Amino acid sequence: MLYREAGDFKTTYASDNQTFPIRFDRYAYWVLLVLAFLVVPFFLNDYWAKSIIVPFLIYVIAALGLNILIGYCGQLSLGTGAFMAVGAYATFKLTTDFPDLNIYAVFVLSGVVTAGVGVLFGLPSLKIKGFYLAVATLAAQFFLIWLFTRQAWFFNYSATGMIAMPERTIFGIVITGAGASSLAIYMTCLIFVVVMAWLARNLTRGNIGRSWMAIRDMDIAAEIIGVNPLIAKLSAFAVSSFLIGVSGALLFGVQLGAAEAGEAFGINKSFLVLFMVIIGGLGSILGSFLGAAFLVVLPVLLKVLLVDTLGWQSDLARHLEIMIIGALIIIVLIAEPHGVAAIWRSLKDKLRLWPFPH
Amino acid sequence: MLDVVHYIFNLYALEAALNGLTAGIMYALVALGFVLIFKASGIFNFAQGVMALFAALTLVGFQEGQVPFSHLINATFGTSIHNFGWNMPTLLAIPATIAVMVLLAWLVERIVLKHLVNQAPIILFMATIGLAYFLEGLGDIMWGAEVKRLDVGIPQGMNDTVLDLTDQWFGYGFFIDTLSLYATLIAGILVTGLVLFSQYTKEGRALRAVADDHQAALSVGISLRFIWVLTWSIAGIVALVAGIMWGSKSGVQFSLSLIALKALPVLILGGFTSIPGAIVGGLLIGVGEKLFDIYMQPFIGGATENWFAYMLALLFLLFRPQGLFGEKIIERV
Repeated sequence: MLYREAGDFKTTYASDNQTFPIRFDRYAYWVLLVLAFLVVPFFLNDYWAKSIIVPFLIYVIAALGLNILIGYCGQLSLGTGAFMAVGAYATFKLTTDFPDLNIYAVFVLSGVVTAGVGVLFGLPSLKIKGFYLAVATLAAQFFLIWLFTRQAWFFNYSATGMIAMPERTIFGIVITGAGASSLAIYMTCLIFVVVMAWLARNLTRGNIGRSWMAIRDMDIAAEIIGVNPLIAKLSAFAVSSFLIGVSGALLFGVQLGAAEAGEAFGINKSFLVLFMVIIGGLGSILGSFLGAAFLVVLPVLLKVLLVDTLGWQSDLARHLEIMIIGALIIIVLIAEPHGVAAIWRSLKDKLRLWPFPH
Repeated sequence: MLDVVHYIFNLYALEAALNGLTAGIMYALVALGFVLIFKASGIFNFAQGVMALFAALTLVGFQEGQVPFSHLINATFGTSIHNFGWNMPTLLAIPATIAVMVLLAWLVERIVLKHLVNQAPIILFMATIGLAYFLEGLGDIMWGAEVKRLDVGIPQGMNDTVLDLTDQWFGYGFFIDTLSLYATLIAGILVTGLVLFSQYTKEGRALRAVADDHQAALSVGISLRFIWVLTWSIAGIVALVAGIMWGSKSGVQFSLSLIALKALPVLILGGFTSIPGAIVGGLLIGVGEKLFDIYMQPFIGGATENWFAYMLALLFLLFRPQGLFGEKIIERV
């Protein structure tokens, strides 16, 4: 009897259009936020933070970004890894050239830089679509990674070709570098995830999000009813790249601390984020969370189960993981093209009528 | 001025271009598999490169009499089995591998494609990315992930005849791998065979009918599912040929599946629906990336092979999206 619209009277347009129309969802959302901000920090240990929670939060932002592009605007991109690299290298250049700049501002600015690069590589989308566009974004992937590994200006002429994050603080708390506590890292990522998810959710249900979806469903029809494809497609590329750039900046600055473009941001990263979006659910904010959680937890789970418990070699476990991910992609596309989020949605619809079937 | 001319037309560049030509044939072989599947089913098969890897792994496994899944069996039961203890002759191993590829084609149709009929092309594309991952994991688990040597009896190493001849003609001996010459020959035979098959046999005609118009082909009684299995089998065989060539050159290893990524720009250049386009595109990119790297190295640094093909493809996409030989893309509402 908890999960009902009945008795929850909406008296204003604002409350009628709110993100969570059902009271139970609304409360659950606030409870989740309180848990994440006030309870989890007390139970956080280094292992959980470094290997599960922080990667999860960072990939949520990347998945949100890619979901806006693929799930909401229908433009397939395989250049996610390179756009994350743009965010990472922008962070590195900005924070080494302007050491006094607030590190949070650096992360946001890196997103802005990535948005610019994304718009540049999104230009072909005005003319081509589908997997033709995928090839164009692959061009971005290979070209940008080559740029970051071969042109020494990008890694400040360091001998190894790696970039390393210097230590930066906010209000005296170390956020990046080796001295950062897992609590500071967790809180940084959490703040960014909450802000970015709020941004993504509100953009996708607003005017601009509707124009994206119109382009996705049928671009020619959308153009005829007055959606400007130039603005819609390029804004989707900009917003998506912004989120992906911030995620890359966090991945490098907060989680890894040191990175090399070819290794940390290769084509496999592009596929990983794409798989998160597919498994989680195309065109769903919740799906980005679920997909990221699933693909971050799966390797850890398999490692614990196969390597630590059954004593397999770790490369065998990794091959099995690749196989499972591939099979899951196919199964999800066949059985539930809208991903895990769609299962959750139909579950909620059942719950609203429970215990009655109709 | 003369220096510039010498710089541009030096024999070293010519040699590099020739080597690029042979690398281009490898790209063309993989691109050919793409084109076959794309024409017959409208599916952009991202897994083509991994199919080449899988085929080569299977061939080596058969040749050396490896027990499939031996690592998995050993890890589960604590046994230590690796080989059956016999070596299969190459002439037997190749048909056996072809049988495996046909079985794979049938399974793909049964398990994946059948359920994705009428889905958007982009969904099918993503399904083949999933397939690529699955096959990659499967190949590694079945046959082990270490780098393997593949030898099917094609002679390798520097070709002395070419070296002597060019030395007589230009006063500079060209270094060309014999394997590349054989690859060229085999690619030629393969393409001729495919053209003959699609022009002069009943199945080939059915294949072209399906490529032209699915609905019309169905209505005259052509079994779409049979044609799909057929095309995926042919693509599997083409993948095997590409796998043998690439595998004998640089060993059977994961990087083999990455040639699929090189084949994508080849397709854009040549056009998605054109078999000659795949060949010409492959050659153009093979030569182009070698020459570009040589001439641009002093200015922007090396390793431009990684992206040259893609940037070229990007330019083509902007100005001639159907490629050199493809049919013009017309969109109707």
